[in-house]
Amino acid sequence: MTAIFAILSIAMIAIILVQIGKVTELAAKIKGEENSEMEANNRNGYGLLIFMPLFLIACAVSAYYYKDSMLLYGPHQSASEHGTELDSLFNVTLFFTGIVFVITQVVLFWFAFKYRMRKNAVGLFISHNNTLEVVWTLIPAVVMSFLVIRGLVAWNNVMADVGPDEDYVEIEATGYQFAWVLRFPGDDGVLGAKNFRKITAINQLGQDWEDTKNLDDIVSSAPGEVIKLPVGKKVRVRITSRDVLHNFDLPHFRVKMDAVPGMPTYFVFKPSVTTEEYRARLGSVDDKTGEPIYPEWHEPYDPEDPSVGPRWKNFNYELACAELCGKGHYSMRRIIEVVSEEEFNEWMKGQKSFYFSSVRNTEEDPHTGTLFNREVSERAAAFREKTEKAIASNETGDKVISLENVTFETGSAKLSGFSTYELDNLAKVLQEYKNMTIELAGHTDNTGDPDKNLTLSQARAQSTFDYLVGKGGIDANRLTAVGYGQTRPVDSNDTEDGRQKNRRTEFKILTQ
Amino acid sequence: MADIVSKTTTITYDPDILIEELGYDDHFHDHHHGDKYQSNFITHYIFSQDHKMIAKQFLITGMFWAIIGAGMSIIFRLQLGFPEDSLAWLQPLLGKWITVNDAGIGTLDPQFYYALVTMHGTIIVFFVLTAGLSGTFSNLLIPLQVGARDMASPLLNMLSYWFFFLAGVVMFASLFLSTGPFAGGWTAYPPLSALPQASSGSGAGMTLWVLSLVFFVVSVLLGGINYITTVLNLRTKGMSMWRLPLTIWAFFVTAIIGLLSFPVLVSGFLLMMFDRGLGTSFYLSDIYIGGQALDHVGGSPLLYQHLFWFLGHPEVYIIILPAMGLVSEILSVHSRKPVFGYKAMVYSILAIAFLSFIVWAHHMFMSGVNPFISNFFVIFTLIIAVPSAVKVFNWISTLYGGNIRFNSACLFAIGFVSMFISGGLTGIFLGNSAIDIQMHDTYFVVAHFHIVMGVAAFFGMYAGVYHWFPKMYGRFLNETLGKIHFWGTMIGAYAIFWPMHYLGMAGVPRRYYRFDSFDAFSHFTEMNQFITIAAIIVFAVQILFVINYFYSIWYGKKMTTRNPYNATTLEWTTPIQGVHGNWNGKIPAVQRWAYDYGKDGRDFIPQYVPKLDGESDNDH
Repeated sequence: MTAIFAILSIAMIAIILVQIGKVTELAAKIKGEENSEMEANNRNGYGLLIFMPLFLIACAVSAYYYKDSMLLYGPHQSASEHGTELDSLFNVTLFFTGIVFVITQVVLFWFAFKYRMRKNAVGLFISHNNTLEVVWTLIPAVVMSFLVIRGLVAWNNVMADVGPDEDYVEIEATGYQFAWVLRFPGDDGVLGAKNFRKITAINQLGQDWEDTKNLDDIVSSAPGEVIKLPVGKKVRVRITSRDVLHNFDLPHFRVKMDAVPGMPTYFVFKPSVTTEEYRARLGSVDDKTGEPIYPEWHEPYDPEDPSVGPRWKNFNYELACAELCGKGHYSMRRIIEVVSEEEFNEWMKGQKSFYFSSVRNTEEDPHTGTLFNREVSERAAAFREKTEKAIASNETGDKVISLENVTFETGSAKLSGFSTYELDNLAKVLQEYKNMTIELAGHTDNTGDPDKNLTLSQARAQSTFDYLVGKGGIDANRLTAVGYGQTRPVDSNDTEDGRQKNRRTEFKILTQ
Repeated sequence: MADIVSKTTTITYDPDILIEELGYDDHFHDHHHGDKYQSNFITHYIFSQDHKMIAKQFLITGMFWAIIGAGMSIIFRLQLGFPEDSLAWLQPLLGKWITVNDAGIGTLDPQFYYALVTMHGTIIVFFVLTAGLSGTFSNLLIPLQVGARDMASPLLNMLSYWFFFLAGVVMFASLFLSTGPFAGGWTAYPPLSALPQASSGSGAGMTLWVLSLVFFVVSVLLGGINYITTVLNLRTKGMSMWRLPLTIWAFFVTAIIGLLSFPVLVSGFLLMMFDRGLGTSFYLSDIYIGGQALDHVGGSPLLYQHLFWFLGHPEVYIIILPAMGLVSEILSVHSRKPVFGYKAMVYSILAIAFLSFIVWAHHMFMSGVNPFISNFFVIFTLIIAVPSAVKVFNWISTLYGGNIRFNSACLFAIGFVSMFISGGLTGIFLGNSAIDIQMHDTYFVVAHFHIVMGVAAFFGMYAGVYHWFPKMYGRFLNETLGKIHFWGTMIGAYAIFWPMHYLGMAGVPRRYYRFDSFDAFSHFTEMNQFITIAAIIVFAVQILFVINYFYSIWYGKKMTTRNPYNATTLEWTTPIQGVHGNWNGKIPAVQRWAYDYGKDGRDFIPQYVPKLDGESDNDH
């Protein structure tokens, strides 16, 4: 119904306007065509004359109203080193084009008004003026040369790659429909190789795990995760895409570069303002009056929930996509936080390698069955911690420590896998604590014949005993090996999980 | 009878007598008995081979597409200005692309939002501002202003229109696909455009989009080769190149640009179709999408971008040069002065045309091309500012000392100059690659190209329509409505596009379905609402023009004299009701250039009037 009304009212307006047109034509006929044409001509001449200042004022007023979007001044200052240079180039261009804009618009409308039709007048016959034309060819040429030179100097500085001896942070951003995945190179400082054919639900980037440089890489793919970058240090972003074109857009840092499938692109920039500093500037108040300098940043961030605080406190640098990539193009947001280098290093330390946290020992891990040096030392440290805790404790219940990584071949007492690393760790403890005596205990689950289980557990405990004495050089008097079979389960034998826990080798500190 | 008024004397000429006396007899009417081309309704109105009728066909088809293209922009502007408001009332029109929730709030599907944006761009750039503008006025004016009976090949000319029509039919059909029309942006960058997995519009929608544009290119080429041949070979006696009106220069150069650049686009499309259909890898490499790694390896999406922009950039000059030509002519006629610096105008058209071929990569500064290459493109791009500035200064100087008649045509021409200045100057920011880092693909770009090649080109087109409407239909458009149209559009277009510069500086990217996913982009609600309201008003004003157009065809003020504007060019010597072959008798011979206004105290001297003894010839 409303649609019909809308259409009807539009039709009515159209009819009225057409009638106005008709009437003015008739009126013109009555008044005499020439006179009414003259009048209309004058009206439009004055219209142009009035339009010109109103237009220019509207430009100036709107520019003032939106001054906070202006580059180089106000809250929208660049947060990167090169950005300030680009902003100043923008303003230099604005200065020159602004002059040309005002002059040409004023003269255009002024001439139009001034030389509006007069009765019996004839236009001047001026076909050309070579001097004038040379002048107004040369002036723009000179101004353009100036802008080109400044622009290209800035451009080549921004686009230059990092120097060979320069200290920088390398990161990788990969766009896909519709999110960004960010990757840090980890301790080795080098990003590992990728292959799009290796992409899986877990391995979103297609990292090639055969390339050991990948193993320490840190991957951040959850859109809510904050990415940290150090202030005052060059960041070299390697930008790639998994499917269609994307664009790595950091508006506050004046950074923008397409992500192209099959062709990595790079952008090097140096963040110069930390998130905290940027927030402080947005929230700053005038020293004398105490008035906020940017009042709009003191408005509540979330009008429905005032506890979130003002906008300036919630400011964040944002990563966006600036190349049409499909229907979710508008939603590829990530938050970037710029922090001091110390804080960045601290944060990096807390990050886990994606391989070791999500891929290690899964079906996708080609290195199953081998142990990396870092795992050996990690296990040693964990073992050490566990035993020291047990030593320090006074509860007898705490004195039993499971040898989680000691395993045996199926149905046999032969040590398998990486058991010896664990036993070496134990040997090290025993060497340190000279007075310590321990009981080595083997346990099984309840499957099979209880007698055989008992014998097997006894044999397995004996294997660890033999290893510690033989390879570890521990005095046999300090060790006892006992097999308990299935008699001391720690969990239910009704589930596979429970049975798994029950099959175990442990040791108990007798004296220390 | 045409009076040539001088302050001192009145010399009276009868154009028919003069043309009969001095004109060129090509025995046209001996050969064309009974006007066989226009003998019945179908050959007169539909499969017409008469350039004047084809011009009208181009214009009216262009208007149809302009309404659709602009209407689409209104829908997506509603989404951007009022994202929370219900669009359920559009459901009868858009069907499944509007989802209505339990509360009765209708939301536009993001996929269809992108389809609308894409179609808006494609339609306005190709169907309206290329076919509707250059197609209309090249057809109408080239034969009339160079003094030819028709185009060099009327048959090809007819085919040119019908290929355009076919392109339109295919594009229109694609709007109704269940997977939606193509939605990957008017530039159709692969891989998004190549893979249906990436966007549902890249399936059948993309196939039809490409097919349509291939038909369109055929149309442009058939038209272009005709325009070039006609200008080169069918100029009347005495019509040297330096005596051509600037309109013809503009159309001529435009046709050359089109002829050289459109085929490159087709080659780009061809490779795209190979990648889509035959499994080649021109543009695709290392893609994992829809849960699987594709076989394509070794291609580069940048290759497509190079091929596309090799047309894409000249295309903006294909759009703007005809508008420039029309404006030069109209400003001169209505300010009763010769166009200032005719030769400089021609040279700047040629310079712009040449440079338009070596600046394409300025669309690709941020695409991953070698930054070193960008240096050259920055230099060439900013050099274009020089001939453009010369043209602006010359237009302004054309007004200086004139006796300006502010009819709608002239107002739109003045508006064009204002728009061209505003939009051209922001090009200086974007052409400088360093500034482009921040501005690339933001609303600053949207503001820039809409003002400089969207609004300005529309202004040139409107100026042309108001000016030559009497030549097309023997009647005038209503001037009162025309002035409402002008002022509404002038103020409204600035209101729409000017604020977008600020959005761009704030870094707000274009082609966003909504802005509230980002803190940095979400604080311009007021402005977006303002822009949307302005767009609706401007759209309504354009509808007024359409009403005026069709009303005036039948009821407009009749043209009583053959040369209502006292213009010098040849089209105003033909009969009021156009005839096949344009002139009933001989073709007028040309004695002078097209811009003898105000010369020696005489208001105007038509091109067919011979020089008086001792009259200077001004090198023409």
